[in-house]
Amino acid sequence: MDLYSLTLTDIAKKIKDKEVSIKEVLDSVYSRIEEVEPKVDAYITLTQSQAYERAEKLQQKLDNNEDIGILGGVPIAIKDNICTKGVKTTCASRMLENYTPIYDATVIKKLEDAGAIVIGKTNMDEFAMGSSTETSYIKKTKNPWDLTRVPGGSSGGSAAVVSSDMAFAALGSDTGGSIRQPASYCSVVGLKPTYGLISRFGLIAFASSLDQIGPFTKTVEDAALMLNVISGHDKMDTTSANLEKVDYLKAIVNDVKGKVIGIPTDFITDGINKDVREAYDKAIDTLKNVGAKIQEIKLEYAKYSLATYYIIATAEASSNLGRYDGIRYGYRAKDFEDLDDLYYKSRTEGFGAEVKRRIMLGTYVLSSGYYDAYYKRAQQVRTLIIENFKEAFKLCDSILIPTAPNTAFKFGEKSENPLEMYLEDIYTVPVNIAGLPAISIPGGFDSENMPIGIQFIANSFEEEKLLNIAYTFEQNTDYYKNKPNI
Amino acid sequence: MSVSKEEVKHIAVLSKLQLTDQELEKYTSDLSNIVDFANELSNVDVDGTKPTAHILDIKNVFRKDEVQPSYDREEILKNAPSKDAGCVSVPKVVE
Repeated sequence: MDLYSLTLTDIAKKIKDKEVSIKEVLDSVYSRIEEVEPKVDAYITLTQSQAYERAEKLQQKLDNNEDIGILGGVPIAIKDNICTKGVKTTCASRMLENYTPIYDATVIKKLEDAGAIVIGKTNMDEFAMGSSTETSYIKKTKNPWDLTRVPGGSSGGSAAVVSSDMAFAALGSDTGGSIRQPASYCSVVGLKPTYGLISRFGLIAFASSLDQIGPFTKTVEDAALMLNVISGHDKMDTTSANLEKVDYLKAIVNDVKGKVIGIPTDFITDGINKDVREAYDKAIDTLKNVGAKIQEIKLEYAKYSLATYYIIATAEASSNLGRYDGIRYGYRAKDFEDLDDLYYKSRTEGFGAEVKRRIMLGTYVLSSGYYDAYYKRAQQVRTLIIENFKEAFKLCDSILIPTAPNTAFKFGEKSENPLEMYLEDIYTVPVNIAGLPAISIPGGFDSENMPIGIQFIANSFEEEKLLNIAYTFEQNTDYYKNKPNI
Repeated sequence: MSVSKEEVKHIAVLSKLQLTDQELEKYTSDLSNIVDFANELSNVDVDGTKPTAHILDIKNVFRKDEVQPSYDREEILKNAPSKDAGCVSVPKVVE
């Protein structure tokens, strides 16, 4: 078995036990990248020279029997909207094409403190705005399961590299489903933690009340391992929660007897692909068979999540992206008449079509005359959705829903009609609106052998429960063992 | 169209974006479709419901007002599109 195909947990152990050298592991992954990347196009930047330098230092420490951390020597990929000191962080936008951060995001520090090696930065929808990675200014990432289809988005590059064994794990960000939906399309595990569990310092902002960083992994156990490393309070992010440190690996137990799984029958209705529906029903049976109780629940307002999301997210984005003015960093137009013209031309030339659409929509819903009708009303519906979930979690431990209504679609199929693209997020956005943790894990394949993800949702800061249930489902199914033939 | 061309022109100005005639057509249609879709929220009874701006129950978080080392000026300026004499250079602001 090739080293690159191992799990995060296994490769970390092999390095620690000195069965393999860190250089051998890097060689294996970079040769895999050389072989597969020309087909998948998932990386924007590769960081070989830094990675090998770091590998050498870590190996020396290991050879001296020093502790190199729980991810010691393990290659990991990072979505290109998370700041890496000295390594370009483009947000897949012309606006930041040449931006090199002078600091590391807190999650990068934490990963490196645990011994991980950053091997490259992954492609994404521009400023994380999209559900297919097609809005990237840099390149089009292909789904490793079928190169004529999208990998999902916005963290499409991170999902694709883990799916095709071009990294042992990756970081992504999830504002409305940007970790879970591509995880579903590419048959990997994607975890969106509770808002506040992970520091957002160094994550380039899209919608600050919704954004959250999380891991892509090959297994649920690997997700728990990643969470152990990247979670925790950070004084640089005032919205990060100050909680006692938890060992999430303790939740990796194959047992859900007596656990109650909520099924929101009023939310899962029309517009769902037949094969996805079948996989979902089968997932319910699997859970029943291992001793979970199934409980029907109501999420009356969840159907309004998408409208609520696109008002709140674009409003926050229009404000967050106001900083790109061509002055201190980022793209500056070459020809301009005066300062105002510099702003106009830099933004007009620097942003792509979807980003402009969202900036304008956000500006519209915040503008006088529309604020109450849209923005304020969306915030009120947000409260109702949150209350829905609170009530639901009185009846169940976790809610089970599909991750996306469809499997991966073909390039260009939905990019002409923004609304149709937005509808792919119908099952993921309620979680961000309520700030809850959720995980997408492999849950089947459709008639064309494209992956189907299923999603578990838990109450705030109940990641242990979430991981326990997801792990049990995973261990009692075989879907996660299948790999794309690439 | 629930959003007019005039409105889109106005929003573009507020957003500091220039639109071609073709883009104006496309965005007017796109934004109208999205706003029509978002109008389903007008069916929800929100009377007496408090708006949620932020999911966590936290108030202002303050730190002590202490001087700490910051980033190096030269490092920061590396990302500036135009610089001069240790400063970010911009076009003339005051006539």
